[in-house]
Amino acid sequence: MKSELDIMLTVDGAEERTTVEPRMLLIQALREKLGVKGPHIGCESGRCGACTVLVNGEAVKSCMMLAAQADGAKITTAAGLAAEDGTLHPLQQAFHEHHALQCGYCTPGMLCAAMDLLKTNPKPNENDVRQALRGNLCRCTGYQHIVDAVLSAAGTLGSGASAVKGAAE
Amino acid sequence: MYQFDYHRPASLKEASELLKNCDEAKILAGGQTLIPTLKQRLAMPSDLVDLGALKELSFIKAEGDAIMIGAATPHADVAVNADVRKHLPSLAKLAEGIGDPAVRHKGTIGGSLANNDPSADYPAAVLALDAKIHTTKRLIEADEFFKGMFETALGDDEIITEITFPHPKRAAYVKFPNPASRYAMVGVFVAETPMGIRVAVTGAGQEGVFRVKEMEEALAKNWSADAISGIKVPVENMLSDLHGDAEYRAHLVTVIAKRAVAAAI
Repeated sequence: MKSELDIMLTVDGAEERTTVEPRMLLIQALREKLGVKGPHIGCESGRCGACTVLVNGEAVKSCMMLAAQADGAKITTAAGLAAEDGTLHPLQQAFHEHHALQCGYCTPGMLCAAMDLLKTNPKPNENDVRQALRGNLCRCTGYQHIVDAVLSAAGTLGSGASAVKGAAE
Repeated sequence: MYQFDYHRPASLKEASELLKNCDEAKILAGGQTLIPTLKQRLAMPSDLVDLGALKELSFIKAEGDAIMIGAATPHADVAVNADVRKHLPSLAKLAEGIGDPAVRHKGTIGGSLANNDPSADYPAAVLALDAKIHTTKRLIEADEFFKGMFETALGDDEIITEITFPHPKRAAYVKFPNPASRYAMVGVFVAETPMGIRVAVTGAGQEGVFRVKEMEEALAKNWSADAISGIKVPVENMLSDLHGDAEYRAHLVTVIAKRAVAAAI
């Protein structure tokens, strides 16, 4: 038996401590150890992006990272984008308004990948959005509504100011 | 995954000692190749030595006629760095084309080089630009570094620390990506540096990245796509798989090399 590791993660603002095997993936630690079920396990091989979370603000596939590597990190899941009172983040609201999901399986990853884009590029064009979502697969929507939602949240769908608060932080 | 022990050294010295003293240690430089490999049980290290805490290995510096990139610098940083974009736009574009944004946040240049995947992008840049690979033990010339598919000149307890690129007079990287994985089916990096003209091909060769000296000589006489349009690499040295057979890849090498020459800035 190999030694276990004590790790500390800040998940959506809450400090969490747990013990993991060195080989445990971040997605497994989130779901199985901490009960954080927002990020989904799709392919578990780095292809589908359903497990994408923000690690210290950057989009990472949490099945491509060991929980041990994330020790001390700040993790934001799609659920953590909403305000404390449950008010949806403008990006989440845009997904809702544009019908950017059908089954919803890819949505947590899509939201995190899109947040990562808007942080570095608050005014993306359609190609920027498609490139940013390249690592996230959706089998329902054909992507168009997802792209529309992200553009809408950024205020670059048609005209209007950016609706994404904090996107440039 | 098989079980292993995990270490996160705070210094290069500690990392080197762990590599020396563990049974079958492997370096975790970003994990975007290693973790999938471990999941498939294609590797069974006794220990992983994570370089993630060694911030001194993650940097980009422009000094004189060179760009120095720390081995643990993620692809995303190379892609957006102002000095790289100014002096080595071909390398910034290469970094921007690796995998997807999430992969680029974690994957590192040193990890890519040490792994030497036959379809990886960075080996083509290092070989074409005649970059220098600095390790914890020595300096390795690009021509001496790549030793065949997944093989390099690195010793078991040797760690890449930095890669030094010259400013090329002109250069370009063009790849024909596999539409699913974004790995290069064929990728060609052409460069004219103060040391001469080089053409390096990734994705195609059975022995990993390789130079096409015939093209280099032709381009030295006449830098144009036409100058190399009649030069074909030997089919028997090409990879052949379900994505493309050897003949197709050999054909693509010439096509993509021509595009790279035409795109070089």
